[in-house]
Amino acid sequence: MIQILFFFFAAIAVGAALNVLVQKHVLYSALSLILMLTAVSVLFILLQADFLAVINVIVYAGAIMVLFVFVIMLLNLPEDEDGADRLRWLKFIGIPLGLFFLVLVVTTLWNLEANPGTQPQLVGSPAAIGQSLFTDFVLPFEVTSLLILIALMGAVVFAKRDL
Amino acid sequence: MIPIGWYLILSAILFLIGVLGFFIKRNIIALLLSVEIMLNAVNLTFVAFSLQHGKISGQIFVFFVLVVAAAEAAVGLALVIAMFRNRESLNVDRSNLLKW
Repeated sequence: MIQILFFFFAAIAVGAALNVLVQKHVLYSALSLILMLTAVSVLFILLQADFLAVINVIVYAGAIMVLFVFVIMLLNLPEDEDGADRLRWLKFIGIPLGLFFLVLVVTTLWNLEANPGTQPQLVGSPAAIGQSLFTDFVLPFEVTSLLILIALMGAVVFAKRDL
Repeated sequence: MIPIGWYLILSAILFLIGVLGFFIKRNIIALLLSVEIMLNAVNLTFVAFSLQHGKISGQIFVFFVLVVAAAEAAVGLALVIAMFRNRESLNVDRSNLLKW
């Protein structure tokens, strides 16, 4: 049963990710990416990370992707101009190299799987995550707020017409 | 129980799709979306290893990746707006002033 769920949502994730590349208009790519994020969230639940699955949907699909969609609609994009693609023949080199990279990664992971570690039970509950976040990782957590502040100011500075 | 390797292979495939999109797409917003695909593939790896090793740290790192993704989206989209205002185009091949 769990394996059926895994393959179903893995297929959705891969299909939606491929659809992001295939679509001509960026808006459809963004909507397809939301589908991929949702499928990945389901995989998080299968990995016992319930809280992260919820956060992934709320923050990623709910906030970041809505920001993307807003900007795409704000810009009122012209039709996709392909023009003279000077990199056209480069994909005949790039795709074999990419596939080679995939084979390399898969073989490495395959050998890794031959040596399975112990698998204790662990539930990614909000309490466990909060405990760890505010004890072991409290300094990175605080630095993160600084990063957000800088990104906020940067976005205002870049997007404002004349400051 | 699903072997951890399946998740890692799925994550590798998603990451590869993201890299592919980053190199073949010419629209700058599509490039940002490809980066988001790559970040999500890495998140899946973090969570899978967190389960295998029984440590919560992997899930904490997903939080930080999420924060970096949010910051990147905010700054990146602001840059996209500024770029579109200047050149009326989002094609990355058109903005080559800094290229020698």
